[in-house]
Amino acid sequence: MKINRSIIWIIILLLLIILPLAGYNCGNYYAIHVAGLVGIYCILCVGLNITVGYTGLLDLGFMAFCAIGAYSAALLSIKGIPFWITLPISLFLGGFIRYLVGAPVLRLRGDYLAIVTLAFGEIVRLIANNFDWLTNGPKGLPRAGERIAEIRLFSLVFKDDLLFLYLILFFLLGTIITSYRLEHSRIGRALVAIREDELAAKLSGIDVPQIKSVAFVLSGMFGALAGAIYVHWIGFISPEMFTFWESVLLVSMLVIGGMGNIAGAILGVFLLVGIPEILRPVLGTKFVDYRMLIFGMIMIAVIIFRPEGILRSNRRALELHTKEKE
Amino acid sequence: MFIEQLVNGLTLGSIYALFALGYTMVYGILLMINFAHSEIFMVGAYIGFWMLSCLPIFAPQFLPAYFLIIFILSMLGAGLLAVMVERLSYKPLRKACRLAPLISAIGVSIFLQNLVMLTVSAQSQPYPEKLPIRQFHLFGVQISSLQIFIFGLAILLMIILRIFISRTKLGKAMRAVAENHTVAQLMGININTVISLVFLIGGGLGGIAGVLNGLYYGSIKYNMGFLPGIKAFTAAVLGGIGNIKGAMLGGFILGIVEALAAGYISSENKDVIAFVILILVLLFRPTGIFGEEVTEKI
Repeated sequence: MKINRSIIWIIILLLLIILPLAGYNCGNYYAIHVAGLVGIYCILCVGLNITVGYTGLLDLGFMAFCAIGAYSAALLSIKGIPFWITLPISLFLGGFIRYLVGAPVLRLRGDYLAIVTLAFGEIVRLIANNFDWLTNGPKGLPRAGERIAEIRLFSLVFKDDLLFLYLILFFLLGTIITSYRLEHSRIGRALVAIREDELAAKLSGIDVPQIKSVAFVLSGMFGALAGAIYVHWIGFISPEMFTFWESVLLVSMLVIGGMGNIAGAILGVFLLVGIPEILRPVLGTKFVDYRMLIFGMIMIAVIIFRPEGILRSNRRALELHTKEKE
Repeated sequence: MFIEQLVNGLTLGSIYALFALGYTMVYGILLMINFAHSEIFMVGAYIGFWMLSCLPIFAPQFLPAYFLIIFILSMLGAGLLAVMVERLSYKPLRKACRLAPLISAIGVSIFLQNLVMLTVSAQSQPYPEKLPIRQFHLFGVQISSLQIFIFGLAILLMIILRIFISRTKLGKAMRAVAENHTVAQLMGININTVISLVFLIGGGLGGIAGVLNGLYYGSIKYNMGFLPGIKAFTAAVLGGIGNIKGAMLGGFILGIVEALAAGYISSENKDVIAFVILILVLLFRPTGIFGEEVTEKI
């Protein structure tokens, strides 16, 4: 069993290395681009899963931290600072602001927390929209005549989608490993305990505010990471990329794919981002218009008929199905 | 300037207050944030829009009757939609964990917005100007008859709601269910009927708020519900969520604060101010101005 598992992992890794190269050589640039996009969303979704899935705190303003990461990376790199220095700064900023927001906010009950995160997400977007001197308002960064510096690694210059795809996959792998290790650590178990019964967790000696804060900050840093990579890849950002609906889309990916489960989060991204983008050239733009309509319905159906999502996390399923007996 | 912004604020506040009542009534009875309420508001506005553009006014003396019919039908349409949403997507989740109905409501919200966007229009549409508007000069400021009309209608509806809740048997049943579901059931109250009624009334008030919003701003769009929705929710929280009187007052307070902020600070950042108020109230006084202290049930 154990050997089987590691073989599967190696195969997946090899596929992830070979497939983009094969696609690139076949001239399938669109697929490479979509894969990069899926990778970015996977980082966001696996990051958000720490807050929403493990800890059970509904966060409706997650894109705010993606925006913080993206804007800080853009502003610094316009000044000519290389990516490998701006990245830690963006991560720190994302985490630190998340910590400042979380300290008072995490005391709130579930649905109030959701609304406060929503409000914070909108505040960040509105600030990005209105503070022209810093963010160039709705026109976005970089301003005319400025340029976001390329990412350089030794002599390698990250310019085309293929190299970026490898970079994104590298960071995604890091995100998944971190998240996996967290889930199976003492902190991860504490998070699940808080999700299932906060009072009982407190009575078992878990420092609830601190543990919640750790999860909250960590997931914010993943948001900032995705933002920082994205802005270097696309070379442009505007406040319109970080609307409330983007945050909601992330939550629906988790709900549909399976909350509290890394594989579920990734499946959710494939269903809600990957497949529609792949089908876009086939079915035309009309389908893309209808996808949100369909997602809305799927979301309601999933939460009613299979609240643990398509790929369920065993612990969450256990919790959801024992509650029915009450 | 001050009185002018005060008048604007009262108009805005009337719309928020009507809108907020739906949030607060549903929260009072089900302890859930009805996220889809902002879409009920939007659909209400569209029903009004559709009827205003389709139905002709035969003669000027029919004008009051004409608007009465339009208001009643939009209220009814929005209310019935709210009832349907509750039946299909919240009722199966009544025993689930607290976040489940909220997620379901977000799904409904996405669905309704995109439905309207795809079936009606993705562009903003001008609202028919069939209500004759006159300008008055009072206390040295210009007040339009529309502003007085919106304010008056909102107050009238609130008075009717107050009387309904405090004097009638159904109102009593609503208060009982809000207090305790099980005990209310033991007293022979049909909970499902009462919950449907709450959604009907709340949805209806939200729908008419949407129509008034369309008349006041002169244009509607499929995503018009989102920002006013957050603000109405802020108003409900400000007055103490679950508290009907609080929602009315919270709506007016928020409307006035927003209008004054738009006038004196910056009109660009007035939305930021509403969000900051929301966060501050939730952080420091989550029970609102009138809300009573509620210990969390375990």
